[in-house]
Amino acid sequence: MNSEPLLLTTPSGEGLKLRPEGPWVAANVSMLETLSRSVGADVDQSRAVTLDMSGVSALDTLGAWVLEKLSRRASSAGRPAEFVGVADHFTGLMDEVRQVNRHTPPPTPAPNPILLRLNDLGKSTVGAREDITIFLQMLGALSMAVIGVLRRPRSLRLTSLIYQLYRIGWQAIPIVVLITFLIGAIIAQQGFFHFRRFGAESYTVDMVGILVLRELGVLIVAIMVAGRSGSAYTAELGSMKMREEIDALSTMGLDPVHVLILPRVAALVIALPILAFIGSIAALYGGGLVAQFYGGMAPAIYIARLHEAISVTHFEVGILKAPFMALVIGIVACSEGLRVKGSAESLGRQTTTSVVKSIFLVIVLDGLFAIFFASIGM
Amino acid sequence: MGESQEQFAIRVRDLVVGFGRQTVLDHLSLDVRRGEILGLVGASGGGKSVLMRTIIGLIPRQGGTIEVTGRPIGGRTEGAATTWGILFQQGALFSSLTVRQNIQFPLRENLVLSQELMDEIAIAKLEMVGLRAQDADKYPAELSGGMTKRVALARALALDPPILFLDEPTSGLDPIAAGDFDALIGTLQKTLGLTVFMVTHDLASLTTVCDRVAALADGKIVAIGPMRELLQSEHPWVRAYFHGKRSQMLQHEMR
Repeated sequence: MNSEPLLLTTPSGEGLKLRPEGPWVAANVSMLETLSRSVGADVDQSRAVTLDMSGVSALDTLGAWVLEKLSRRASSAGRPAEFVGVADHFTGLMDEVRQVNRHTPPPTPAPNPILLRLNDLGKSTVGAREDITIFLQMLGALSMAVIGVLRRPRSLRLTSLIYQLYRIGWQAIPIVVLITFLIGAIIAQQGFFHFRRFGAESYTVDMVGILVLRELGVLIVAIMVAGRSGSAYTAELGSMKMREEIDALSTMGLDPVHVLILPRVAALVIALPILAFIGSIAALYGGGLVAQFYGGMAPAIYIARLHEAISVTHFEVGILKAPFMALVIGIVACSEGLRVKGSAESLGRQTTTSVVKSIFLVIVLDGLFAIFFASIGM
Repeated sequence: MGESQEQFAIRVRDLVVGFGRQTVLDHLSLDVRRGEILGLVGASGGGKSVLMRTIIGLIPRQGGTIEVTGRPIGGRTEGAATTWGILFQQGALFSSLTVRQNIQFPLRENLVLSQELMDEIAIAKLEMVGLRAQDADKYPAELSGGMTKRVALARALALDPPILFLDEPTSGLDPIAAGDFDALIGTLQKTLGLTVFMVTHDLASLTTVCDRVAALADGKIVAIGPMRELLQSEHPWVRAYFHGKRSQMLQHEMR
């Protein structure tokens, strides 16, 4: 028994006799390819080709195909090729392989790279318009759902709302407090370090207070909520879409926006201002600790300075933004979830899109609010 | 030992598998002969899929031995893809790869061969399972249920493994597609000389393509043999399975 495949060539008259031997199986594929390539030129030159299969000890689809390809190479050039001595238990396989790869479709021509780029550009332009449409549609559907709830308050899904509040509000408190505490501490440390050079250390408190209450508190919390809860919404709704749960809801005469999306978005709109408030307090506390241990400022002085520096207006400016940011995060997360298609890859892609888009929109919204508040003098 | 290697593709002895306190397979023994199509029936949740997944090493076992083509199986097996091909119930095609890439995946990972040959083999396999070369560039999400199963079968057969495991191959297919699929498995089994281990509830598959049928109840194989013998079995569960109202009706129709 041969342990390696061989391909013996013997010229017989005008023709060529090929005698494959040994195991012609997938495990020896690199040897098989070398063997069949080595006789290619001989096959092209000879008038007729005979393949004597009697020496083959093992054969599988791959081996059979390599031999079939040799015979086709001869017959496509108009020279007869035949198999002889095929063992009984290989005939089925050989017959099967003879049928395949007969109708290879013409290879699709490689597209023009410039046209491809233009195509992508066009697609993303149309896609941007579609994004805006979907956002507005979702906003409209949500408004309709809210009106419906206002008309019949009992139709509000209270259990679902409370559960979502627990998940995205209560359970998020530890991480929100930790991160904002650190941010507040870092800002205060930087303030003391740099303001000390020109003796303006006490203004650090003003900076921490105004920055945290007006901008950073709510922005950091919104970004964290977008990453933490927005992604969860997209993934949940996306997998519900994949398992046809949303279709099941619709067929039972229920509006998915009312049942699934309204409680989620409402929970975000309620929870985000609360989280932003807790986060701001944690940041101020972090700043206070740094003031005491790094800046050498007594807690009583820190509080007194804070009292002078900030007013309710600063707090209002920050907290007013929170529900709008929550609405944007909720709408983006839910509509991206509903855009998930059949595959697992699409779920991942939409979740990424949801987080990236909602963080981007939150920052844009923050900028718009800054202009707005500046122009009305708040 | 030498004889058993010739005769049996899979030998399972005293297999014990459980989750927590629940024992699913209780000292189960089963032989699958080389070159046969064995159908495995059992109650839903009765451990059919667990038995299959234990043999292929996806579920750890508490006791017993499993030999596949004479070699004992333990934990992860190197070169598993060349020993067996598996058709999962939902196809389990890689959703980020095209049909062609799915079929080429085992080839690419296990062998060193030219892209040209790999493409030809992929198309050859695709045509052997009854699909067209035009389907090669589709993604799994674009395939119908029957096509998904066929592509999954083509992938399972990519390396011409001697043993093929099928988990409910005809579930979710219409009777015509299911019949075609049965015929396909029969043909491929003869052409490629496969040993087929098939978990199924489809009485038509059991009668038409299976050489032997094994019945799994209470964590043991309670009856095994050709369909004729199983129909005569006295075991209460086997009687209930094959002589229930549904089964009677189907068998009557088939006669």
